[in-house]
Amino acid sequence: MAYFDAASTEPLHPQAREAYLAALDVGWADPARLYNQARRAHMLLEQARTEVAEALGARPDEVSFTSSGTQAVHLGVLGTLHGRRRTGRHLVTSAVEHSSVLHAAGVHERDGGTVETVGVGLSGRVDLPAFTAAVAAEGTALACLQTASHEVGTLQPVAEAAAACREHGVPLLVDAAQTAGRLPMPEGWSVLTASAHKWGGPAGVGVLAVRKGTRFRSFLPEDERERRRVPGYENVPAIVAAAAALRAMSAEAAQENSRLSALVDRIRNTVPKIVPDVEVIGEPIERAPHIVTFSCLYVDGEVLLTELDKAGFAVSSGSSCTASTLRPSHVLEAMGVLTHGNVRVSLPRGASSAEVDRFLEVLPDMVRRIRQDAGVA
Amino acid sequence: MTEVTQPALTIDALGKKCPIPIIMLAEQINHVPLNAVVAVLADDPAAYTDVPAWCRLKSHPHVGTYELPGGGWAIHVRRNY
Repeated sequence: MAYFDAASTEPLHPQAREAYLAALDVGWADPARLYNQARRAHMLLEQARTEVAEALGARPDEVSFTSSGTQAVHLGVLGTLHGRRRTGRHLVTSAVEHSSVLHAAGVHERDGGTVETVGVGLSGRVDLPAFTAAVAAEGTALACLQTASHEVGTLQPVAEAAAACREHGVPLLVDAAQTAGRLPMPEGWSVLTASAHKWGGPAGVGVLAVRKGTRFRSFLPEDERERRRVPGYENVPAIVAAAAALRAMSAEAAQENSRLSALVDRIRNTVPKIVPDVEVIGEPIERAPHIVTFSCLYVDGEVLLTELDKAGFAVSSGSSCTASTLRPSHVLEAMGVLTHGNVRVSLPRGASSAEVDRFLEVLPDMVRRIRQDAGVA
Repeated sequence: MTEVTQPALTIDALGKKCPIPIIMLAEQINHVPLNAVVAVLADDPAAYTDVPAWCRLKSHPHVGTYELPGGGWAIHVRRNY
């Protein structure tokens, strides 16, 4: 089985597994208490915090652990808006943000706030002049921009967006879920969010980093944990494992990225040559190293995914038939690219060249048969 | 709506899921003369994006998308070649 869905979740890194098992034994106590076992858990938690902070370019006291990347985004968006209520109630985001950003924006809107959603070009890159203009609007309390699209891999111009935000005194929330542990973090964020299971850590750990000086106030009932930013008891063993995975992934990134990126290039270049009527989607150069997305004309995405699964390939799709919502992916819609017959290949650490070769070997005939069965001449 | 070119052919793909509306369009666009307009009636949300995307890929101009009173859209495509 070739697992090509790292953008959904990266398999647990062996070092994370090792750290997790060790921390289950020694880091289970309540880190907020004052006895030996608690001090040990506290020490492990703070060590993990320091490591994660260093890897993400933050200070340890800026970093809080959440129970997921989605929770980090919800808290980050709504907490910053809440903290800046007096400045204004306007939120700026791109049209291709993760659904957690868009749903938080929906809550803000229903609560009487305003939202401007900035469009993207055909490659999925945000319209920077429009984003800059939107940020400059009176009463803008927060802007949100991802580092890279989870669906098409396109990198966003975060540094430029951050400069525009700084100029207008607007905090920028950067959703780094797809690149944390793989690429260096961009400069200029005010709030940074990430998710450990995307970098080979366990599920159930997200990161919310709030830059010193950024006004932030949780909208949830008060809780003492995680510098009052995140309610609830920390999962110390999982956090320790998350930090171990981040350390390991970051250390391997330089070498592994160029290897995976070459495999992605091979898929990007080969697929249009061997499958007729295919659109390869997203930025060819300015992209995450491990993600490639394409759409096959006249092909039902669900049928293609099922066939690929039978042939031993785990991939994902933004086509509507594969989503619970019966709508195509909002990212593909915003880009204006084909939404049907969509396949996202996202390579995990260690994905082999032979697996990619086999994928390219089976794909053309598979697509041809699906088209034939649908009566396409 | 007065400036909308009367379609030479209307393809009723209402109730059909993508990619069927696109398959129907690709099959039938050659049934109209060059520069004539084909209207695709569709209510699958994917068609709203996919018909214009097909036009871009196949170099047939997407003339416009008009909402239908009963839901869905009439998506107009001009045959280019």
